Amino acid sequence: MRHLRAINKKARRIDDLQTATDGDVVAMQQNANAAQRPHYPMGCSIVFSPGWEVDSSGGTAGLCQPVERDLYDCYISCYWPAQVPDHLNNYPEWTSKCAAATKDWRNIDLVFP
Amino acid sequence: MQLQLSEFHQFEAAGHPFLYLVPSGGIFAVDDLSKRAIALLKESPRDAKALLDELVAGGASVEDAKNCIEELVASRAFAPEGGWKEPVDEAPAKFPLQTLVINLTNQCNLSCQYCYEFGEDKVATPEGKPKFMELETAKQSVDFLFREAAERKSVHITFFGGETLMNFPLLKQVVDYSRDEAAKRGVTIDYSLTTNGTLLRPDIIEYLTANAIGVTVSMDGPKEMNDQLRVFANGKGSYDIIAPKVKELLKNHNTRPIAARVTLTNGVKDVKKIFNHLKHELGFHEVGFAPVTTSPNRLYAIDENGLNGVLAEFEELAYEYRDYALRGEHHGFSNVSDTLSELHQGISKSHPCGAGLGLLGVGPSGDISPCHRFVDSDEHKLGHVSEGMDTAKQQDFLKHGHIHAKYDCHTCWARPVCAGGCYHEAFVRYGDTGHANLHYCDWIRGWTDLCLRIYGEIATHNPSFLNHFEQRKAA
Ligand code: SF4
Ligand code: SF4
Repeated sequence: MRHLRAINKKARRIDDLQTATDGDVVAMQQNANAAQRPHYPMGCSIVFSPGWEVDSSGGTAGLCQPVERDLYDCYISCYWPAQVPDHLNNYPEWTSKCAAATKDWRNIDLVFP
Repeated sequence: MQLQLSEFHQFEAAGHPFLYLVPSGGIFAVDDLSKRAIALLKESPRDAKALLDELVAGGASVEDAKNCIEELVASRAFAPEGGWKEPVDEAPAKFPLQTLVINLTNQCNLSCQYCYEFGEDKVATPEGKPKFMELETAKQSVDFLFREAAERKSVHITFFGGETLMNFPLLKQVVDYSRDEAAKRGVTIDYSLTTNGTLLRPDIIEYLTANAIGVTVSMDGPKEMNDQLRVFANGKGSYDIIAPKVKELLKNHNTRPIAARVTLTNGVKDVKKIFNHLKHELGFHEVGFAPVTTSPNRLYAIDENGLNGVLAEFEELAYEYRDYALRGEHHGFSNVSDTLSELHQGISKSHPCGAGLGLLGVGPSGDISPCHRFVDSDEHKLGHVSEGMDTAKQQDFLKHGHIHAKYDCHTCWARPVCAGGCYHEAFVRYGDTGHANLHYCDWIRGWTDLCLRIYGEIATHNPSFLNHFEQRKAA
């Protein structure tokens, strides 16, 4: 902190807490050099989408949002190789018959690369 | 985002503005920009953007103004609309015991009129109970301490009375027994005792020194003050008996600091004079003061005017402490060092003290009480050392004493250190241990503000002195 100076022990702890939040990893943000402000951390592993990074045992069922339940994060927006077909390059039509996932999920088929 | 002031106490020390945050207990020095931001919000709550614009209009850069506001929010000096919601933390169901106060006897050879154990406002009901503790009960008490201390690696026993030294043989037996038990468990144990000083003898002093037993002497100052209320049953003052013994003690006992505890009453409130006598003429290491606990109508009670006078004297002596501290010297006014220690840690209390939590009292009968002042009182009994704690009663006591149960305190900035004040004082005044000590609020806030200012001055001019307070003092 620059405008408040921690004086006692409790204040130092408050300060540390603040510094810890300030020091968030911003690796995937567009402009890493921009002034820091409160932000949502980027990256599927941190926002609890089924990113491969948190799939330590190789399966997907144990993930916080298993791919069986939510796949759009990985499918639509992410360039990173994931355990679902990718929209950006290879399977732009993959969910075209699925207007509402809750009803039409059966129309999303397997792909065989 | 709409911003408003959150809770804090603003004070100046060494010419700089500081904030004491409530309820966190954090102390921050603030710069001019923050001071201005605070002043603006004090006028009225406003939108964060509007506040930013005003700071920028006042000459700050956008970057600076934004950081400044963010820091004030992060430290919780500012709050979003509606204020911060503080979680209600309940009293822990299990809290390891640290200190047991053992009343070796409820008998005393003095008859101090204000005594909370025998005086007009006593809470004890000793009828039909043993006057001296038996060895068996004492051993059970020690076992109880170790049992309740659970995983703690160090415990403490305070010997108390009545007059503690009227049962010196038992004291020695308890030390022997508890030392062995502590060694078996790999736990460290230390001891202290409180005495009126009348029964000190060379062999006792030697024993206390050899066993590093801390000693606190209850004494009210020079003869003319001490002898007003600290008298024998025949009305004769105790000073002439005590003074030479205390000198002997202070000369020979060098393993622990020796403290004097003074009870201030209507006729005895010349704080500086008492301090000088006890500290400089007799040579106590430190001296602490407490106004007598009494219902307001007693002759020796200090009325509001008197209390203000006492606070003024406390203030003078506290500044003397500050001057010593700025030179890096030990002063010995323990009321100041105790408060500074709490402020340094930034404690935020759910309960005013450790009574019923990390500290318990046990009477000669083996009855457990929240602290030494409730010993022998049936109403406040929390179990028996042979059977263990009455956890339902303990929980009830703690729930009742929790800061959240004290409505009057919810908006008070001094609550992180006060939390409503002494349960015993509250019981004597209001018949309820969970009542806030509202007759002391002005005093508490005045005193806390004074100590904050002194803390700020020391932090500015001689911060290394605060290292004395790094380690949290054991109860
Ligand atoms: S008793 Fe008085 S000074 Fe203490 S916290 Fe409550 S309101 Fe504040
Ligand atoms: S502050 Fe009061 S209730 Fe707490 S331990 Fe001291 S005398 Fe007992």
